[in-house]
Amino acid sequence: MKKAITLRVNGKTCEVSTDPGRPLLEVLREDLDLTGTKYGCGEGHCRACTVLVDGNPVTSCFTPVSHAVGREILTIEGLAQDGVLHPVQEAFIEKQAMQCGYCVPGMILTAVAFLKTRSMPTLNEVSDCLSGNLCRCCNYPNILAAVELAAAKLRGEKP
Amino acid sequence: MKRTPESLEPDRFELREARPYRFAWTRRGFLGSVGAGFVVAVALDPERSEAAEKDDLGPLIGARLHVGEDGIVTVFSSKVEVGQGSRAQLGQAAAEELRLPLDRVRLVLADTDRVPDDGGTFGSRTTGYTVPDVRKAAAAAREVLTDLAAREWGIVDPRAGRIVARDGDIVDLETGRKSSLGELARAHDVEAAFASRVPTDVELTGVNDWRVLGRTALKPTSRDIATGAHRYPSDIVRPGMLRGAVLRPPSFGARLLTVDEGAARGIEGVVVARDGDFVGCAAPTAYEARLAVEALSKTAKWAESRHPSTKDLFRHLKTNVDATAEARPEWNREKGSFDQALARGAKKLQASYEISYIQHAPMEPRAAMAEWSESGLTVWTGTQRPHGVRDELMKAFELPEDRVRVIVPDTGGGFGGKHTGEAGVEAAKLARAARRPVSLRWTREEEFTWAYFRPAAVIEAKAGLDASGSISGWDFTCYNAGAAALQSPYDLADVRERYVPVKAPLRQGSYRALAATANTFARESFMEELASAAEIDPLEFRLAHLNEPRLRDVLVKAAERFRYRDRIQDLPSRNGKRGIGLACGTEKGSYVAACVAVKIDPTRGKVVVEEIVEAYECGKIQNPGNLRAQVEGGIIMGLGGALKEEIRFENGRVTNPRFSMYQVPRTRDLVPMDVVLVDRPDLPSVGSGETPIIAVAPAIAAAVFYATGVRIRTMPIRSDGLRSI
Repeated sequence: MKKAITLRVNGKTCEVSTDPGRPLLEVLREDLDLTGTKYGCGEGHCRACTVLVDGNPVTSCFTPVSHAVGREILTIEGLAQDGVLHPVQEAFIEKQAMQCGYCVPGMILTAVAFLKTRSMPTLNEVSDCLSGNLCRCCNYPNILAAVELAAAKLRGEKP
Repeated sequence: MKRTPESLEPDRFELREARPYRFAWTRRGFLGSVGAGFVVAVALDPERSEAAEKDDLGPLIGARLHVGEDGIVTVFSSKVEVGQGSRAQLGQAAAEELRLPLDRVRLVLADTDRVPDDGGTFGSRTTGYTVPDVRKAAAAAREVLTDLAAREWGIVDPRAGRIVARDGDIVDLETGRKSSLGELARAHDVEAAFASRVPTDVELTGVNDWRVLGRTALKPTSRDIATGAHRYPSDIVRPGMLRGAVLRPPSFGARLLTVDEGAARGIEGVVVARDGDFVGCAAPTAYEARLAVEALSKTAKWAESRHPSTKDLFRHLKTNVDATAEARPEWNREKGSFDQALARGAKKLQASYEISYIQHAPMEPRAAMAEWSESGLTVWTGTQRPHGVRDELMKAFELPEDRVRVIVPDTGGGFGGKHTGEAGVEAAKLARAARRPVSLRWTREEEFTWAYFRPAAVIEAKAGLDASGSISGWDFTCYNAGAAALQSPYDLADVRERYVPVKAPLRQGSYRALAATANTFARESFMEELASAAEIDPLEFRLAHLNEPRLRDVLVKAAERFRYRDRIQDLPSRNGKRGIGLACGTEKGSYVAACVAVKIDPTRGKVVVEEIVEAYECGKIQNPGNLRAQVEGGIIMGLGGALKEEIRFENGRVTNPRFSMYQVPRTRDLVPMDVVLVDRPDLPSVGSGETPIIAVAPAIAAAVFYATGVRIRTMPIRSDGLRSI
């Protein structure tokens, strides 16, 4: 049964009419045309669908849209501000932490949330934090290097 | 041999390919395809181009590239970008020969209405074939442009090297006068000038003069990927579109008997499409389409058939030889006399190896957007064979070539798994029934179940050793996987090598490096067994049988970087805890060797890889950063196939069709890696997306034997035997 639902996405208020049980991922992609968030597995095991909800990474393929009501949702499209990339995005480009790139939005948002909690992470901590995010191109070395570079950028260090 | 998608077999696909470019001159194509006021009227002259093909006089320059009035050069190719780096590399190729900064080149890839048919994207062919084609066309274009400028400046017969291309300009070195490519395009009919053939003898820029090739080029779509702006096939949106879902059979080979279509037609906004066994639904949202298919599913009755299960797999492969399958002589090799050589041998060995089915599992499952209009059918889809998928659609809908257009947006992974167009055909069926554009994206479970698999194999090896420890007779038979890397690269006098096609229990097709992974695993593992029977160190045993200098080179380089000879002295074999091992191989013209160190966890029967050194050589390196990423990615992907990945099936159902059950490498599985890229400016560049994967598993198996004395003859490594150590 469809219901009118109000969402806060990337700092904007959006009204959608949808079944409240629909996955948040599909509402973002189909109703709001925010296709940067990707489907990968539908069971929360690859995290290509990661968005931040109140700052925390959430697997949107697995989250009913009703659970996101009243909370701040950030998708990859909302990360750069006025065309200025977030340091994590810059680092992913500089380190070429992308082959096909399909996993990258989820990787970047996972890293953004993680780096808010850890400013000087060890490589092991970075690896642990991304262990839920699959990259089938297996570009993990560049991805880990990008998150380390992003941490340095966020600390204000010149690389 | 049937060539339906169901009979896809890896090697056939790649080896049967026609000549790598067949230009489609006659289509509506090139007209108006570029925008920005510049029309490429390349089509031009069907007869002449056919003659060009026949006489091998080379294609027209304008079919490959054009110069815009803004000075941007657009390059056209049917190659796709699935993460391997074709977009950057083809851009480098054009920029190099046109003496342009890389950001002045734009690529139109894999749009069948706009690009020449360079063949599909597989077999590591982009580097070996398409890069040279693009370079030749760009070099020919450079000559045309310098001639145009010379004529404009009234310079008749300039001495060689006087008028040159430089940084996007054509420059007269004697007067300093120059004209940008944009100015030339505005002032002249460049497209008419480009309606000439690429001379077959056009001279390419020598390696020593490279300014763009040979240096790391970043992925041109980096920013769009990092901001989520890039639209993958599953992201394509069209006005009035619906989303689709398909009713799948409960098991392989099941036939639909009845289904009550009314069960879904009652749901608002749902369209049901039925065509023989195909039943699917389109609805405003994917959620509604799925609910509709679930409703249909409850009413569907199927006739299921018997199907082999994983436990019978290897027996099945041995006992279901497909005598009707095509057998090509070049697949097999027989020289000398194996039987006599074996009889002469002082020792005789034989072993059998088992390689499981695995799935590609690209991050983006199969997806397509299909739209019907007055001009025909347009399908955006993720495939490695845009023209092949166009053919599939033409056949499925009985349409002529000029009524079907396939566009492949840069896609979320392929690995040899996306040669086919199932999602495109299904989306087009749904769109035709709905009279609206329909987007269809397979679920992960569909991708694990209904996409084709990397073939499983049984490989049987026999050989003798003479008194001096040299191989005397080599017999190697691969059931089912294919002929890639079937032939041993070692110097052997008496050889019998065969690929035996099998009536395979699962739909199977290409996978990164094809059967080279299975064949290299078995061959290198058997080389280890022979070395051990000969009581010769595995490295020295290989070198004693190996003349191929490029393979020797990577083997020695990997061993040196790993300090293999020192470490083998320091580490007693069969210590039960730690081992080192190595393997090497060649496929698709490139060469690889790996050394690994492993630790054994006997309580869990687990192999932990602690370190990998891999040396890799693919001729002259064109994009070093991307090459390193390809090699590292291949190694890590190879760890999955070596240690964990295996499709299991029972009663026609895949029993582990999810990432929670089918384990692929994650960051926690990373191993310290040291990659030695061997640059050979004296050799032509060949593709590197595949071969780096093949040496990983046999090197690990060798290291496990060194540590434990237990032979690993399965991929993935089955650890049962290690628990007791």
